[in-house]
Amino acid sequence: MTAFANVAGRASGWIHAGGRLMQRIAEHRAIVIGGGLVLAVALVALGADFIAPQDPLHNDFRARLLPPGAAHWFGTDHFGRDILSRVIFGGRLSLEIGLLVGVMTGIFGTLIGGLAGYFRALDNPIMRLMDALMAFPAILLAITVSATLGASMTNVVIALSIATTPHTARIVRASVLVVREMQYVEAARALGASDLRILVRHVLANSLAPLIVRLTFVFATAILAEAVLSYIGVGPPPPAPSFGNIIANGRDFMVEAPWVTIFPGLAIIACVLGLNLLGDGLRDALDPRMKIGP
Amino acid sequence: MLKYLLRRMAATIPVLLLVSLMSFAVIWLVPGDPAAAFLDSSASPEQVARLRHELGVDQPLPVQMVEWYGRILSGNLGESILLRRSVGAALLERLPVTLSLAGLALILAVVFGIAAGILAAIRRGTLADQSIMTLALLGLSVPDFWLGLVLIVVFAVGLGWLPSGGFVPITQSVTGWLATMAMPALTLALVQMGFIARMTRSAMLDVLHQDFMRTADAKGLSYRFVIMRHGLPNAMMPILTVIGIIAGSLLGGAVVVEQVFSLPGVGRLIIGAIMSRDFPVIQGGLLFLGLIYLVINLAVDLLYAAVDPRIRL
Repeated sequence: MTAFANVAGRASGWIHAGGRLMQRIAEHRAIVIGGGLVLAVALVALGADFIAPQDPLHNDFRARLLPPGAAHWFGTDHFGRDILSRVIFGGRLSLEIGLLVGVMTGIFGTLIGGLAGYFRALDNPIMRLMDALMAFPAILLAITVSATLGASMTNVVIALSIATTPHTARIVRASVLVVREMQYVEAARALGASDLRILVRHVLANSLAPLIVRLTFVFATAILAEAVLSYIGVGPPPPAPSFGNIIANGRDFMVEAPWVTIFPGLAIIACVLGLNLLGDGLRDALDPRMKIGP
Repeated sequence: MLKYLLRRMAATIPVLLLVSLMSFAVIWLVPGDPAAAFLDSSASPEQVARLRHELGVDQPLPVQMVEWYGRILSGNLGESILLRRSVGAALLERLPVTLSLAGLALILAVVFGIAAGILAAIRRGTLADQSIMTLALLGLSVPDFWLGLVLIVVFAVGLGWLPSGGFVPITQSVTGWLATMAMPALTLALVQMGFIARMTRSAMLDVLHQDFMRTADAKGLSYRFVIMRHGLPNAMMPILTVIGIIAGSLLGGAVVVEQVFSLPGVGRLIIGAIMSRDFPVIQGGLLFLGLIYLVINLAVDLLYAAVDPRIRL
């Protein structure tokens, strides 16, 4: 991060720093592999309309529970729907949920953690509230909220965001507590900058690295959690496919048609593995002190 | 130590208050009338009114809260409107299942996670290290319930080695208990194993470069002795932290795994209650799990203080 602070404002410096960052990213294999995997999944999800061989909602009762073959690479489900097409479209919904949860958690985690870390008077009440939320198993919290509000795409996003925000707020608060004591913050204050300006321009801007890493994992967690919610029966409602509700559909046919369950599960693993790799790599690249890899 | 204990317990009180308040407030998340949500639409207005009275939602909010706190402080979690029995008794009856599952998973995850982490750290950069770390990352990326389903198809349906679900108490038959617990515990442990392996590896790598390790090595102590006596104890703090975190997520994971393997545990009771809108069980269950979590975390913190005297200051 120091590279940025030193050269801020000088265009040539920015380019130089940008080049260094790119170089640093390229040095981290995890970012390249993880990022590539995530990008590939995202492109397939975005291009679902062109890539998917069939309509994911099209029923064909003559083709019920067909095993994987030339006509249906991933087989078909009990409505004769093409699993490959459903997985491709399911990726769209699952990634959308993961992304929205990441954005919501980013906004609320920053807001809550920033306020708690920067204003001492707010710290205790806010963090005790977060502690209390963290006392409930996150997935149970999400299931309870989604079920009581009623299963819908919006409520799934709300439920998962409530479950992932407290931990994120705690991470933002921790890094704000460190940055707040930095000399450049003192300098900004001495120059007469307002609290809001200091908080946004200096403190939060310099607390971004751990947040970005955390949000990558939130994204991954949300994809896993969506699948659990769908499995329990409180996920995004059918017939629109998500990774989770394709698995939930296949559950009753696990024995005669395991492919209905297996393929969306593998798709989840690919997404989550990519995001986890990306998160690990970003952590190493952005903050070598937090390094977990070699 | 006593002073630290008291201070730490005092800090838990506001959180405890909030946890109990949130558990109570679940009933207010429901859009509309909680009584009507439990009954189906054919219920007569009298039935709805009777249930409203029974749930206490016909009272003003302050009265409801006083009643809730009065009840839970005397250890009474109310009565299930579906099962027609005490919520506390129903939870306690199912607790052994959940504890068996979470406990066994914790042991599996800690033993194999720490062993794998140490191995990866001392063989850093080798194929063994890379394979272990890849497997750990893969473990973190697999949806647990999906893994459970796959295990059932392979080992219960396909090979017929293990039952696909159900529970045998350990007091009845030890082998029966193990047979019903093996797949659920493994499913639950896998994710946590990955976590622990990664944390152990990075904590060990930090310790391996310390001066005292070089000194111990230079004294001519055996490699194994240096690692186990000087390395691991010093890497224990971050590992303990992770075990504390995991204890919480094991409870959440148990909720899901119990569902997959039809285990009659606390999680399954609460999920069932959520589905049927049996509010006293949802409220009591959330409070119960929240309490367990707080107690575990308190215990972990005290354990820290016991291991590392600096924390007590």
